[in-house]
Amino acid sequence: MQGVPLSWYLILSAILFALGVAGFLFRRSIITVFMSIELMLNAVNLSFVAFSYQFKQVDGHLFTFFVMVVAAAEAAVGLAIILTVFRNRATLNIDEINSLKY
Amino acid sequence: MNLFYTATDHFVLSPAIQLAFWGCAILLLDTWLIPDPRKRRWLVPIFVLPAIVLTAIALGKQHAYLVSEGAREISAFNGALTVDGFALFFNWVFLISTLIVSIVSYRYLEIEGEHHGEYYGLILLANCGMFFLATGTDLVTLFVGLELMALCFYVMVGFLRGERRSNEAALKYLILGAFSSALLVYGFSLFYGMAGATKLSVIVKAMQGRDPWDPVLFLAMATTSVGLLFKISAAPFHMWAPDAYEGAPTTTTAYLSVASKAASIAFLLRIFLGPLDVARPAWEPLLAGVAILTMTVGNFAAITQTNVKRLLAYSSISHAGYMLLGLIAGNDTGLKGIAVYVLVYTFMNLGAFLVVIALRRQNIIGEDVADLAGLAKRHPGYALLMLVFLLSLAGIPPTAGFLGKYYIFLSLVETGHYVLAVIGTLYVAVAIYYYFRIVRSMYLDEAAADTAPLASTVGLRFAVGVSGLLTLCIGIYPEPFLRLAHTSLLK
Repeated sequence: MQGVPLSWYLILSAILFALGVAGFLFRRSIITVFMSIELMLNAVNLSFVAFSYQFKQVDGHLFTFFVMVVAAAEAAVGLAIILTVFRNRATLNIDEINSLKY
Repeated sequence: MNLFYTATDHFVLSPAIQLAFWGCAILLLDTWLIPDPRKRRWLVPIFVLPAIVLTAIALGKQHAYLVSEGAREISAFNGALTVDGFALFFNWVFLISTLIVSIVSYRYLEIEGEHHGEYYGLILLANCGMFFLATGTDLVTLFVGLELMALCFYVMVGFLRGERRSNEAALKYLILGAFSSALLVYGFSLFYGMAGATKLSVIVKAMQGRDPWDPVLFLAMATTSVGLLFKISAAPFHMWAPDAYEGAPTTTTAYLSVASKAASIAFLLRIFLGPLDVARPAWEPLLAGVAILTMTVGNFAAITQTNVKRLLAYSSISHAGYMLLGLIAGNDTGLKGIAVYVLVYTFMNLGAFLVVIALRRQNIIGEDVADLAGLAKRHPGYALLMLVFLLSLAGIPPTAGFLGKYYIFLSLVETGHYVLAVIGTLYVAVAIYYYFRIVRSMYLDEAAADTAPLASTVGLRFAVGVSGLLTLCIGIYPEPFLRLAHTSLLK
């Protein structure tokens, strides 16, 4: 393979994934948390595509499509749920959605 | 490589086709094909029946084929789906829970004022996802099956749209569920990178001879197992479970705690006994720690609960810990133990939740331990069955729960994990304490004066009765069930 070596893609993917995890853990707005999860899924896509290119196969590309479909479906259901939460509480801050505990 | 859709493919896929077809049909019927809302109310749930019967016939044909041909498995789609004893066993468990939950949903959702036909469609589609989790032998199939199941559950948990607790439960479940799926699929991408294929059988071959402490394998193992442990609600990844269980409509809670957990266990076994088997020295101590922590958190947190649903949520967390113990032992007894445990747990846990469903009446939420007070006087039948379920959950003979725990502990002793066996046994004592708080409330406490009778319908009575009967039956005459569990061994 000419040009950019595989490891660079994987390192980029790992960094993006770690950023997603960090965003998930530290951001307080539900929408941002949700975007962080999408970032994690896209990091996964990157590593699938990189491996797939390396192996000269389509399996990884196929998996990428499924991950994208799942991410879209998750976003659709997720936003609907976020909307109902917002209707009932008028807040999207994770710390204020706390009626269920212990 | 076979590029076309063959008869074998169709044969293997037929239960999923039925479930998906009827699931979608119900969604269409509910929104479009039956315009009259009054007719829709009672007409739509009826369509669950043909769905379950046809799925059962399809599964039965597969079962009969395996038995008559003496084959170990039927493989389809170039190895992406495999019907073996393991898959069939779990599929039967899913189908039975689907049946029981559909029977009791009607009245419960009417009382909650949120009876919509799509609920039944979601149940069937979730079952379709579970089919792929138990039958799939390809990372893609497993991932899609997991998400199909999970997405249906997110909606079902948040089904009471006007109820704040239900929204919140759905949100927490969704966010943590999506996060764990992302971790899981990152692990899958590493497996793909190591093996160059997504089929489990190819990955297993490619993994052979790999050093168990290889850093890439370790990273794949860590991310995949965190994702899987989230799904079975093992500590320290259990936080979503009590909230989701408490906030969700009780019928969903029952389904979630039983079918979703069984499906996740099936998924976990496929991965841990497949691609991750080579890393056993690395994950065995980790899983042992997780199992101990799970039993500790589940059992001790349950002690102080006043809400029965939340109490049962923590108890179901601790049951996940016991099931993990069987995987740690890893011999045939342990794996058979997990199968028996899943079967037994299905009936006893469903049964306990069914009684909680019966307690929900117009204007009475009926989820507190105090709401069960005096149940023995007012409804001796329900109280007796609840006693059976609780005894079984605690693992006391002659109920079925004892059998499940017996095989798990036996496998631990056989493989020399004495410490784990002792810890597991000690926690049974803790469990007896909190289960008997419910029993004491039912049998010794006086009821409040103005309690309304239970919302008991024919369907509910039937469902509770069947669960109770099977819980006792498996405990007293376990032979056929053990034989069934034996056919489900993966190796």
